[in-house]
This record gives sequence, structure tokens and C-alpha cells, in this order.
Amino acid sequence: MDGTPNIPAARPGVGMLASDDELALLQPPVLLRMYETMALARALDERIWIAQRQGKVPFVVTCQGQEACQVGAAFALRPGVDVVLPYYRDMALVLALGMTPREIMLNAFSRAEDPNSAGRQMPGHYSLPRLRIITGSSPVGTQVPHAAGVALASRLRGEEAVAFCSFGEGATSTGDFHEGVNFAAVFKLPVIFFCQNNRYAISVPQRRQMAVESVAQRAAGYGIEGVSVDGQNPLAVYRAVARAVEKARSGGGPTLIEARTYRFLPHTSDDDDRLYRSREEVERVRQRDPIPLFRRRLVEAGLLTEDEDRAIQARIAQVVEEAATYAEQAPLPDPSTVARHVFAEAEP
Amino acid sequence: MAVKRLVDAIRDALDEEMARDERVIVLGEDVGVKGGVFLATRGLLERYGEQRVIDTPLSESGIVGVAIGAALNGLRPVAEIQFADFIHPAMDQIINEAARIRYRSNGAWGCPLVVRAPYGAGVRGGPYHSQSVEAFFAHVPGLKVVIPSNPKDAKGLLKAAIRDEDPVVFLEPKRGYRLLVGEVPDDPDFVEPIGPARVVREGSDVSLFAYGLMVHWSLEAARQVEAEGISVEVVDVRTLAPLDRATLVESVKKTGRALIVYEDNLTMGFGAEIAATLAEQALFYLDAPVRRLAMPDVPATPFAAVLEDALLIGPDRIASAIRQVARA
Repeated sequence: MDGTPNIPAARPGVGMLASDDELALLQPPVLLRMYETMALARALDERIWIAQRQGKVPFVVTCQGQEACQVGAAFALRPGVDVVLPYYRDMALVLALGMTPREIMLNAFSRAEDPNSAGRQMPGHYSLPRLRIITGSSPVGTQVPHAAGVALASRLRGEEAVAFCSFGEGATSTGDFHEGVNFAAVFKLPVIFFCQNNRYAISVPQRRQMAVESVAQRAAGYGIEGVSVDGQNPLAVYRAVARAVEKARSGGGPTLIEARTYRFLPHTSDDDDRLYRSREEVERVRQRDPIPLFRRRLVEAGLLTEDEDRAIQARIAQVVEEAATYAEQAPLPDPSTVARHVFAEAEP
Repeated sequence: MAVKRLVDAIRDALDEEMARDERVIVLGEDVGVKGGVFLATRGLLERYGEQRVIDTPLSESGIVGVAIGAALNGLRPVAEIQFADFIHPAMDQIINEAARIRYRSNGAWGCPLVVRAPYGAGVRGGPYHSQSVEAFFAHVPGLKVVIPSNPKDAKGLLKAAIRDEDPVVFLEPKRGYRLLVGEVPDDPDFVEPIGPARVVREGSDVSLFAYGLMVHWSLEAARQVEAEGISVEVVDVRTLAPLDRATLVESVKKTGRALIVYEDNLTMGFGAEIAATLAEQALFYLDAPVRRLAMPDVPATPFAAVLEDALLIGPDRIASAIRQVARA
């Protein structure tokens, strides 16, 4: 069902309202938590851009526009059990898994306390052993074979964990994508390959990355299942990922999931997206912003009142400000540590 | 003690470490059923099963990338690259991932991984089965680079590499797999520590620095010139990164002359780092210019025997370089 007939979808089947079936997948409190997590990710992202404009943060990689698919996917995983290999746009994903707003802000401000890298990586390169979120790099696609190796190790060690590997559609052009997916397919490893197809790899559109219509079609070449879902509907993503997780855990091997989504802002704070896409296009997609869409659906279904929503917004505003203030005041990394951790250090 | 060929010592090291630690796995092209193209992993599949001895698809970046993922999730993978010449597709994984994981995560993650690869010329392998790649990796902080010159070190250093908490590029002189024979301890607790260089022959006139197969030929050259009254000290570098500079400098302080022998091509090869170290730390002990003997700067080792032989470094070439350095 779609309650906004006057606004054409930017792409067929993208930005649809959750169906009754989908709403029934999760208990109401979980649906509200999902909504609040999406809204919190948006608010954190917006606050980091403000800090960047104030000159307090040198660089931002945004997740705006992709919150629904990231949060929907995270809710289908077991934080701290399943192993997650994110890419640099996955702030809403790691937030939904349990990285705290404070930890995300410490990362944005490159502070010593940042558990992701303590200021060593550019912001957005998430890593947290507590949640089994594995450190990644900036060259795209390199985490795809890592995911196969993680799953190989889980299976050998008798763990129930699945590996969840996230990337954009540009990554699917790389050799590492091919080598990693093929390896996982050959050995039937418990991996979810999760592609957030936001239609642009910086400036290059999807049609210059692949000659197929959908990333999911690539799965056929590996003999695995490929699924394409509306990435702006968190429950459609949740359902697809939950099915893939179940299949992986029961020995059915990997799945390639494409979540069709859109990046609302430039690639990073160093990019100007006016050079490669029209304002009209961006505006048209923004009309189907997944956060208000999901809110409206919850309100219509009687699961969220306006008062409750105001309370959520107030809570978010407070959490974001507290996190930003804490991070801004937190100590910088100590320059005397710059040569540490090249190799393992002897136990003290 | 038993007398072993270098390739057998490699296999023994893998076997012992797999028996000792169930986290150790071996993966690569043809390492399972065939036992490796040089048979360095022969018998491991039968002993440890296909869960731990894994014939992979033909994909070097994937092999190393999968090994990195496994290392991050609690295993101790030993990835085999069939020939060092094929390692280049995996360089992004080795350099940008394995080497930088500990540093970029501020010590939160480690990557205990061994990448084994046969390297070096002299086997009529042509342009793509003869390369020396050590300098590429020795340049990268976060990687350890180890090259054994004899069966005992091959076993002890490989066992140490597998037990190491950090990524180790372990390059095996393939010409020496069956040529180099020697006594190897049977004790499963025997390891050779990564790091220290070793003086394998004491001498007083010239310090000769080498690693891998070049140690073997250098010892032969040293015996040749001994009759002419030139006393050569041969130092086996063994670990290129991190480099044991103190042992190199100590040797030159004693002899006052230095020759560096390596089979990679000359320019920006590993010998340049040794020469720079001596210039910085031993200049006033030197009685003659430091000399490098290496392969010429051509892009590849040609296949035809006469062409390859025109490049190869052996005992005679090393002996004449020693004479030049001794008389300079």
C-alpha cells in the first residue's frame, strides 16, 4: 500500500510504505525502536555536518537517505554474535547494532577515546570488537573476501555466527567482490552480502558500473540466491536479511541482497554532487524520505501517537547534543602514541 | 636431528604447527589433493582434512583476503601463493589490509597470518616463475618479511611465523627446496626467533650480507677466496623486516668492508637499505665503498637457459665481487 499517490516514486518499487504483513513481522516496541534508531542516525549525521561547517570536524561521510536499509538489516542480526563488515557509509547500521551515539561522535571528532580507531582512520571507518564489527579500509570491496574468511573460521570453530558484509554498488565492480563472493559460494559459507545500491559511486551512475539492471542479478553467476528489495522500507530489508540469515545458519550458504536506496547528500564533505546529478532528481527522491514515510505508516497503523513522536524527537535531540558536547571536549589523541601498534605489543 | 631438504623442513613445520594448534589452517591453489606444486603441503590434507587444508579457487587476492578474515575471527591461516610472481593481485590485501589492520584499529584488531611464497630464479621458470619480491613487502611497516637460507631455519622460522601475532610474508628460495640439505631438530618446540640476523661464517676482511639462496652461494664463494687469503664473514640476514641493523653494523665495524648480495634486480632492492644503514651507522669504520651485487635492472628473468644464465648470480660472480671489495 502507498498513501502518497501524488508523489511519483523516483524509481519503481523504491520508497514504498510498509505493508500490513511487514508491520506484523516485529512487535510494536521493536518497530518503534527501529524508527527511533533511524531518526537518531539522521540527527547524528546532521549534527556532524554542522560540526564540519563550524570547522570542528574536518570530514564527514554521510549515511543520510540510507538509514532504512541499514537499520532494517541490523535488526535481523544478533549484535555481538554475528560478525559485521561494514563500509564507510554504515553509521546507522553500527548505531543499530549498539555502537553508542557518544562513540559515533568520538569517531567524528577523531578523539583519543574513539573506539573505532582513536583518530587513525578517517571518520566513518567503523570497528568495534565488542560488537564484532571488523575494521575496514577505504579501497572498496576489500572486505568481501574477509567476510568469506570470517565465515570459514566461524564454521570451523563451530560458531553459529553469520558474517554480514556491507558495500555499495560500485564495490560490485571490483575483483575482490568477485573473488570473495565466489569463494563463499563454492564453500557454501554463512555470509550475507548486502549491497546498498544508492545509484552513484561518487559521481559514476549505476549504468557505468554494470550492464545488468540489478546487482541481485549478479548472484546467478555465482550459483547463489540474489534478492532485490526496496531499501527505503526498513521492514522489507529486515525480512530479506532475516531470511538470508536463517538460510545461512541452516547451512544454505550465502545470499546477495540488493537494497535499492539513495544517498541524499554528496559522497562526503569534500564532494559537490551538483556536478553529476540534478537538484530535481535529489528533491524527487527526498519526497520519499524513508524516515517520515515510516513514521507516517506507524501513526496510520496506530502504533505511534504524535505525542510519542514528540517525546522521541526530544530524546534524540538531547542524546545528540550530549554526545557532541562530550566528543568535542574529549582529549585529542596523544602525538607520542603515533608509532604504537605497528606490531603487537608485549603484555605489560 | 635428522637430515632434511628445505622443502621437507617447510612441510614438517606446517605439520607440527597444525598438530599443535587446531587454529592453524593451510589454504591456496593446489595445496590439498596435490600437496602443492612443490609438494610442500603433501600429506597435510590426509592428516588434517579438507576443513583445514583448503584447495581454493584460483584467486590470489581472494586467498589472502579470506585468510585475513579467518585471522580476524580466531584462526591462524597459512596462505600459499603458488609463485611469488603471482602475489601482485594480492598486494592490496597484504599491504592495505593485513599490514595496516593493527595500526588503523589502534591495536584493537590483530592479523596473525602467514603468506608463504616460493621466490627466486635459477629454475628455468622464465619471467613469471622467477621473481624476487621481498623489497616490495619489506618497505611496508606492519609486515614481517622472513627468508630462510637452510632447512633448519626454514623450519624454525616458519614455526615462529605461524605463532606470531602479526602478518608475516615468508619467502622460500625455490631453487633451494631440494638443493639445500641440512640437519633439522626434531623437537616440536624448536623455533627460530624472527628478527635476529646470524653470522654464518666468521671472517676478518670483508662482510658479506645475503639471504635465501644467495647465502648458500656466498659461503661457496667465501671458500673459493679463502685460498687466496681473503677472509670473508658471511651474515645471513634471515629477517628483512624488522631488520637487525645492529648485527650488520657490528660485522662491518670488524671488517671495514661490505658486499651485499641479492638476486632481486639492483635498483631500490633490499641491498639499498643495508647500504644506507652502513652509511648512516658505520661510515667511519669503512675502508672501501659498500658494494651491491644484484641482478641487472631488466624487467624479468628470460626463459632460454643462455639468457637466464647471463643474469644469474652464483659463486663465481660473488667471488669476483669479493676480490674487488677486498682490494678496493
